[in-house]
Formats: sequence, structure tokens, C-alpha cells
Amino acid sequence: MGQIEWAMWANEQALAAGLILLTGGIVGVAGQFKDWQFAAYGIDGESLIDICLLEYPRGKRKNKGTSIDRMGQRYLTICVKAFGPLTRNYFVRAGLHAVLSIPGGFMLPTVLGCVCVAIASLIYLLAAIRGEQWEPIMPQVESKQRPGESMKEPPSNPPPRPPRRAPEETARGCCICQPHSHLCQLCLRAPPRGQCDQGFAQSNNCCRL
Amino acid sequence: MGNWVVNHGLSALILVVWMGINIFIFVYFYLFYDLGPQFFYTRHLLGPALAWARAPAAVLNFNCLLILLPVCRNLLSFIRGSCACFRRSMRKQLDKNLSFHKLVAYMIGLMTAVHTIAHLLNLEWLNNSRQGDYDNLSTELSEIGDHSNETFLNPIRSPSTTPSYVAFTTIAGITGVIITLSLIFIITSSMEVIRRSYYEVFWYTHHLFIIFFAGLVFHGAGRIVRSQTKDSMYEHNVTYCKDRPLDWGKIPECPMPQFAGGAPGTWMWVLGPMVLYVFERILRLYRSLQKVILRKTVIHPSNVLELQMQKKNFSMEVGQYVFLNCPSISQLEWHPFTMTSAPEEDFFSVHIRSMGDWTRDLISKVNFHTFCKTGFSSRRIAVDGPFGTASEDVFDYEVSMLVGCGIGVTPFASILKSIWYKFKESNQKLRTKKIYFYWLCRETHAFEWFADLLHSLEGEMEERGMLNFLSYKLFLTGWDHSHAAHVMVHFDKDTDVVTGLKQKTHYGRPNWEKEFEDIRNAHPTSTVGVFLCGPQALGKTLESCCARYSDVDPRKARFYFNKENF
Repeated sequence: MGQIEWAMWANEQALAAGLILLTGGIVGVAGQFKDWQFAAYGIDGESLIDICLLEYPRGKRKNKGTSIDRMGQRYLTICVKAFGPLTRNYFVRAGLHAVLSIPGGFMLPTVLGCVCVAIASLIYLLAAIRGEQWEPIMPQVESKQRPGESMKEPPSNPPPRPPRRAPEETARGCCICQPHSHLCQLCLRAPPRGQCDQGFAQSNNCCRL
Repeated sequence: MGNWVVNHGLSALILVVWMGINIFIFVYFYLFYDLGPQFFYTRHLLGPALAWARAPAAVLNFNCLLILLPVCRNLLSFIRGSCACFRRSMRKQLDKNLSFHKLVAYMIGLMTAVHTIAHLLNLEWLNNSRQGDYDNLSTELSEIGDHSNETFLNPIRSPSTTPSYVAFTTIAGITGVIITLSLIFIITSSMEVIRRSYYEVFWYTHHLFIIFFAGLVFHGAGRIVRSQTKDSMYEHNVTYCKDRPLDWGKIPECPMPQFAGGAPGTWMWVLGPMVLYVFERILRLYRSLQKVILRKTVIHPSNVLELQMQKKNFSMEVGQYVFLNCPSISQLEWHPFTMTSAPEEDFFSVHIRSMGDWTRDLISKVNFHTFCKTGFSSRRIAVDGPFGTASEDVFDYEVSMLVGCGIGVTPFASILKSIWYKFKESNQKLRTKKIYFYWLCRETHAFEWFADLLHSLEGEMEERGMLNFLSYKLFLTGWDHSHAAHVMVHFDKDTDVVTGLKQKTHYGRPNWEKEFEDIRNAHPTSTVGVFLCGPQALGKTLESCCARYSDVDPRKARFYFNKENF
């Protein structure tokens, strides 16, 4: 089990626990239970704000390349990131969840949520001990790659080279000596026959597609 | 439309039947508890929450029965084998067992939520009734049982307790909390993210189902859902007596009503599947103890390990998979691998990529033994299988179009080898005259062994002068400008620079319209079978192309898309 990032599981557990606490709170208030104030706390103070919003943005995975983010988590990621070390450090999260779970234990509907949050806090503690941290998943900016300069082949003829052709005559280039021209997906040039300026032999199809 | 019915019809039917049974059970038990006269007094205390708790409980019984069945894979193999004379669609249905397992699990989760919420309300209202917060009838009903000769209705006997205390001191309460917690753990660790990346967490946590089923069987043992006994209903006229709770026991028309708890019923539902599952695990253990001879191990480029094995009484078909277990790495973990050898060979092989903990450890162990020149003894690997529906349809078509994407190319290794063996022996079962193979991948990294296979097939076909039998195209979808530059420089060479094969590599995605058009022109009167092992989006594209390029006239070219489940 060496590669496990416990934080990933703790995150799922905490999110589920938050929702369970929320449901328990709603039942407590709607059913007009005794001690419903604890249930109200469960709904407003804790589950909604802290747990669901804090846990919704999934962190970036350390080991593997692809981190799957949840739908619409981009905005929450920015909020959570703004808190800096408070949200990045899992010891803080473990402590926070442990403290927040306590009021849930006072009435029956929220007891299940309380236990689930407490367990999520334990798993976060384990993650923190193993040195994991929350990294935000930021949207990646695609860099436009300019084609490398080395694609230009050096001239094969020694100087003096043949004179430049007149502009009205179409330059007989090919996909090797004159890259990034039009048409073909790969060589980007209409394949001419025979030989090109620089002496490369041409076949019928410049690039087979 | 015809294609949809053939491919999805049976699944849709099963789903409709399953949902129908669920709805029927829910409504039946809801009405039983909501209208049954024996529950009149119970309903007075609990209101509609009684029926809302019992109906999901019945649905839960049904679904907990079902959930163990799709994961008994040896049982499924047995059914699959014994209905060889049945239509293939039936056997293909058995391959969707895991999807069905997940669906039933979702239903269990949903019903657990409804059941728990209803019981939370029940406990609160029972407690309030016991404390005399409601009307006279409720108080009177709750007090029944305080004296001897009385059977209680309200399971909460103490007038000064809390619902939490009751929940944790009754059998139903404590088992309920434990099994709900187990269920929550099972579900959170089965999320796709956790399952795909941290398989061990998923696998070990899933074994909490043992606690789940144990708790489930004992959950009703406390018999706290009470109803009026038949004799009592005969003596005690509810319609008359409900308005005179204070006169009960004092007037002859209204003796004290007697109550009894409902017997636990869950064990009747789940006992059968539990026994079947225990047999399944024992069978897996027995099969795993059978000796596996490790004939050869090969390390391919990009750290791909090939294991060639032999096992007594092992017979495979194309496209099937096996589960491997290596006790020295982990006693309990079994991992599935598609087989890459053909049935005609006297061994079976798998190709293993280094993808996670277990595979990495296996490859390093083999490397170590190779380096030290010690044998990787045959005690070291256990095999369970083969599983999965054989893809025999591939041999039935005159012309076959095989499309493999990325890792999906693995079953095609088995298929191509088998086709080649059958062709060489002029096997009557093989009707294929021409194969078009499309291999799409982002990069050939980790698939060099497959390129080698194609290379050797190419060589053999050339020897027999049959280069026309198999035509394959490799599409690299992850090319960039450096790739392009490399190819441009070397395009004059006879063999492809990337794979070393005679047929050149294409870049980008295939133009399916053009491919289908070309095949149709080349084989104007044939039936073409299209097989895909890859992403669903591509499946949709191919399906629509098949529909578009097929001719209505049965004498002309027709394309059939086979939704194979490798």
C-alpha cells in the first residue's frame, strides 16, 4: 500500500460525512426534535460552510499525472487556496474536523454524521503524519509551441548555390527542405514530382496519410 | 434501432424488471403497514413514518439478496458455460455483472438513507410519547407493559431516556449504526478515484461487507416493530376503544390490547446468497491452490512483463481474462489480466505493465530472480479463471474490422494469433478472409511487444505469400512537431521509423468515413464485422458509420457493429 495518498480517501469520507451531517441536521430541525438547536448548528455552522466547501475542491495528486477535479470546483479552489497554510496543512484539517464533529454527538440524527466526520479527521491525521499536503488543481495554460528551428535542413550544395528563381516561377520546394508550407497535414506542402531545389528526391506521396 | 435492440435490449429488459420488482415491493409493504388494522395503534404513535421505514426495509432485503450474486464469478462462469446453446446475448449480459452490482449498491444506499431517516423520526416520537408529550391515547399506549401480564407496544420502556441512549442500547439500534457506518465506508472507498488509483484501499475496505451482512441478519432480532395480536384484535374493538383509552381494562368491551413483535425476516432473504458466496470464495481458494507452472518469463521494453504459464485442465478462449495472485507480494489481492495467447498454443500468457504497487513489485521480483539466476518457482503465482465471454464472433465474418485503442489492444493479441493459427490449419470454423486492424494509441510506449507480434505475423504472412490477409494501420494520436520532423527525415525508408513495421504509421485520428468507404469498395458483397476495444465515444462513431455505410440490400456490403466487452 505504498503509493496510497490517504488524503484522497479522507477527502471523499469528509465530503460524504458533511452531507450526512447536513441531512441529519435537516431531519432534526424539520422534525422539531428536542435539542434541535444542535441540529441547526449541524446545518449552518458546520457541515455546509466548513466541511462541504472546504472539502469540495479535490487536491492535486502527488504521484500520478492526472488529477481529476470535481465539476465546478475551480472557484472554490481559489477560495480555499487563499487561506494558505490553514487549508494546505492536513494537521489543521484533522484538528478542525475533530473539533467540529463534537456538537453533532449530542442528538441522535446527527450522531452518524459526527462519527463519520471524526473518522475522516483520523484519516486526515494519518495523511498529515505521512507528510501529505493539499495542492490546488489549477487550470493549465497551453503554451503555444513554436516549431523548432532545427527543422530546417542545412543546404546540401556547397557554395556557390544555384541562383534564386524568379518570383513568378513557383519555388519547387518539398516538405523536407521547406517546412511549414501549406496543405498536407504532416509536411504541409503539395507533393511535387522529381527533384526539389535542394536536391531531395521526391516520391509520389510526400507523406502517406 | 435494430442494432440498439440487439446490443442493449436484454439489459434494458433486466433493468425494467428489477426496477418493477423494487417498486412493487415498496408499494406492497407500504400499504401493508399503512393500512393494516393490526398496526392501528402503532401508527397512532408513529404516524406515516412506520410505513416509510418498513417499505425501504423490504426493498433492502431484496437488494441485499441481489448484491452478492453478480460477484460470484465462478458461479457466473458456470452459468455461462452451461448456456452455450442459448443466445450469445444472454452470455454477454453476464459480463455486465459489475455494473449491475453498482446499481444495486446505489439502491441499497438510497433505501438505507430513507429507512434511517424514518427510524430517527420514529425514535424521537416514541420517546416523546413515553414522556407523555402527546394525547391521552399515546400516553396510555406507551404505558402498556408497565404492569405484569401486559405486552408492550412502545419499545421505549423508561420514561426518562433519550433517543440516542435507546439507539445504542437496543439490538436494532446498535446493529443499525454499525452497518450504516460500514456501508458508508464501503461506498466512499468505492468511488472511481479511489478504486482506480488505490485499489488496495478499495479491496480491503470492501470486506467490511462481512460486518454489514452479520449486522443485517441480527438487525431485526429485537422485534421492536410491534403489532396487535390476532386474539387481541378479536377481543378489543379498535374503532370503539380508541376514544376511551382511560377505560381500558375497566370495561368489558376494551380489555388491554396485547402486542407482539414481528419476527426478523431478513435472514430468509440473504441466507441463500451468503452461502453461495461462501462457496465461491472456497472455490476461488481451491482453484488458487492448483499448481501453476511458470514456463517462461520475458521482460519486454518499457518494463512490460510477459508470463507464460501452464495449468492442468485449463482451457481458454479468445478475449478471456484471468485473475493472478502472488502470495509473496500480497496474500489477499487478485488482479485481472486479459490473456494474450491463443487457445491453440499449449500455454497461456499475460502481459503485465507496471501500473501500481502490485505490478511493480511483481516485475521487480521477476527481475531479481532473473538477475540472480534463481528460478521464480511455481509456488509463486496462483491463477483463477478464465472468465469473460469468449469473442468467438470474430471468426464468423468474412471481413473483420478490429479497432483497438491503447491498452484495449491486448485482447486483440489473442484474437490475431488465434486467427493466424486457424488460417494456417485451414480450420473450418474460420470464415474470415480478410482482416483490417486499426491500432490507435497516444504513443507506442509499453506496446512494443505488440508491435513485435505484428512484425512476426507480417514475416510469416510474407513467407506464405499472404500479405493480403491482414492489413493493419497504426495511428499515433499523440504526435507533435518533433515526431513530424523525425518522420520527415526518414520517410524514404522501407520500414516505419517508429515501429519497424512494413506499413507506415499514420498520425492523428483515422478518417472513419474514408476507411468505411474504402472497405465497402474493396468488398462490395460482404458482411463486415466491426469490433472495438476502446472508449465509448469511439464506439458511437463506429456505430453510426456502420449504420450509414450498410446497404439495405442483403447482397451488398453490410457492417455490423459488435459491442464487445473485453
